[in-house]
Amino acid sequence: MSLVITGASLLGEKTADLYVDDTGLLVDSAPAGAETIDADGLVALPGLVDLHTHLREPGREDAETVLSGSRAAALGGYTAVLAMANTTPVTDTAEAATRVWELGREAGLVHVQPVGAVTRGLAGEELAELGLMHRSRAGVTVFSDDGKCVHDARVMRRALEYVKAFGGVVSQHSQDPTLAGPTACCHEGELSGRLGLPGWPGIAEEVVVARDVMLARHTGSRVHVAHVSTAGSVEVLRWAKAQAERDGTWSVTAEVTPHHLLLTTDLLAGYDPTFKVNPPLRPQEDVEALRAALADGTIDAVATDHAPHARHDKEHAFVDAAFGMLGLETALGVVRTALPGLSWADVARVMSVAPARIARLADQGRPLEPGSPAHVVLVDPDAAVTVDRDASASLSRNNPWHGRTLTSHVVHTVFGGRVTVRDGALA
Amino acid sequence: MKHLLSVDDLSTDEVEALFATAADMHDVQSREVKKLPALRGRTVVNMFFEDSTRTRSSFEIAGKWLSADVINISAKGSSASKGESLRDTVLTVCAMGVDGLVIRHPASGAALQVSQWVDAGVVNAGDGTHEHPTQALLDAYTLQRRLGSLRDRHVVVVGDLTHSRVFRSNVQCLTKLGARVTVVAPPTLMPSGVGTWSAAAGFETSYDLDAVLPEADAVMMLRVQRERMSGGFFPSAREYTVGYGLTRDRLSRLRPDVPICHPGPMNRGLEIAADAADAAQSVVLQQVSSGLAIRMAVLYHLLAGEGA
Ligand SMILES: [Zn+2]
Repeated sequence: MSLVITGASLLGEKTADLYVDDTGLLVDSAPAGAETIDADGLVALPGLVDLHTHLREPGREDAETVLSGSRAAALGGYTAVLAMANTTPVTDTAEAATRVWELGREAGLVHVQPVGAVTRGLAGEELAELGLMHRSRAGVTVFSDDGKCVHDARVMRRALEYVKAFGGVVSQHSQDPTLAGPTACCHEGELSGRLGLPGWPGIAEEVVVARDVMLARHTGSRVHVAHVSTAGSVEVLRWAKAQAERDGTWSVTAEVTPHHLLLTTDLLAGYDPTFKVNPPLRPQEDVEALRAALADGTIDAVATDHAPHARHDKEHAFVDAAFGMLGLETALGVVRTALPGLSWADVARVMSVAPARIARLADQGRPLEPGSPAHVVLVDPDAAVTVDRDASASLSRNNPWHGRTLTSHVVHTVFGGRVTVRDGALA
Repeated sequence: MKHLLSVDDLSTDEVEALFATAADMHDVQSREVKKLPALRGRTVVNMFFEDSTRTRSSFEIAGKWLSADVINISAKGSSASKGESLRDTVLTVCAMGVDGLVIRHPASGAALQVSQWVDAGVVNAGDGTHEHPTQALLDAYTLQRRLGSLRDRHVVVVGDLTHSRVFRSNVQCLTKLGARVTVVAPPTLMPSGVGTWSAAAGFETSYDLDAVLPEADAVMMLRVQRERMSGGFFPSAREYTVGYGLTRDRLSRLRPDVPICHPGPMNRGLEIAADAADAAQSVVLQQVSSGLAIRMAVLYHLLAGEGA
């Protein structure tokens, strides 16, 4: 069905109408008999792309499914999500990747792009069948052992070399397991000392980021740093990006989560596992450095690390509780709240254009102009929305934003010409 | 007092009130019939997710001497590994009508979390590497009986501070009572950020035991877990003892009126020489009897009568 979106402010700048034909493409004139969306006062952005989503299917369908996660994504303004590989079983074969991709197509609300594991079973030892995953219908281009760090430098080197054959990228969960012990769960600092919680020092991230950019340079490959959380990592990235630009033979990209842009480690003082996330919430100085790095392009993208968990997996003592928090539905509001000065063009860059480029999703993150697939999100820029965890489309409730008021509200989402969210609710 | 989770929750007056009650309870211990009717009809559950015979027995006897019905539940092994959440585990127990829940858990913060889920009064009997408030109270009580007021007395705490809940509760309790506290450990066993923390909390830190010991009015030795050696925290037991042990030599340089505490169980020959453990100035056994009196006082304040 064709569609006319009237009066939207494109990237917060000029006001124009958008026309979508019945093949789901943006076109330059109004198709006959089109459904109309009145977008007066709303900002139009290309549909958001999340580089880092945990959908939990297969294996933990009680926490999230591809369908429920797709619903949450659509409500958050997303038109594509990359589904992390740490499912049960792990997404480390062509068949497993294709299955996730198919489930995404059946749900039909966003493009669900599987991420392949770097190593078999996320064990960090032998490479998974990276090439076969790439050749599958899912066309995997992003590989990650997320949840675990590819800690062995030799394995990381081989992975970076191998994916060059088909333009893949390795997304690294940077956490040196010898510096952050097996139970590390709180930013190492005064608070962890007082609370008696096992420390997760920033240096455990920074040494891996530093090593990986050197390996990417050495192999001439592409490395992506998942969920950067410290000022020290930002410094390394700033240096590495300058080197990569000069060399022109390799690249490094990075993402930051919404929660690392707004929440700080002192929230752990009450031992509430809602705020237990990996990497952990960091002090204000790190938060400031991450915001600056996102604004100046040192960090390319915002990625949610949406990590749904069943209630009983969070109702343990803090060190025993599961890591992670929800993020898909609130990401845009958190980014707008954390960085009120960010232009809409910059929001589009960090939440859509750059993530699509990193994941090589040619259809996504495109300018809102004729010829592009109609992946569009329409945002009320001035809305102040108080988050209610029980209103979530996710099957889980581990929402750190519950009760907080966030700026901006996703009003409509259009995925390939199909309205997936209308007036803030699933269509 | 609804719960006892942290020494920090207690005002100085509340600490003194607990000590006054403990002194009365102490007298009961020397009676032939060691039983008070105070908690008759009350049920106290000792829920231990981690073994500790001495702490559990101390709470058990304390409850029984106050005539409470005391039930011990050993829930060793994390409930997570059994597939049940901690919340479900404690709610199931408390559904049986529990007035007081004494909880020991290997995870920091567990007692606080549990107190948010249940109606019973919760006593933290040690949570991970976080706190052990009744130990701190009994240590301070023991020292106060020995030294009189602790105001401006210099207490030196020595050992594995990073992993010690006894240290965390003790600095709070001792500084609350006006003592001057210096903690001593090798840098690898100092908690992260201790510099900022100690400045705010009003205690001092040192790596040099011999420099601090001559000014001590009391010495508190902490247990060093032998597995810390394989963790790379220090090179060898021998080196630890030379640097941080209360050796015979250090004992000989200590004034004979300086009490020596240890929460037990002691590693004789590692953090404390046998001569020091058995010295006339050692208060290790007094700590045990004080522990009973303090735990009676805590249970009494928590569970006896209206609005207690
Ligand atoms: Zn991760």
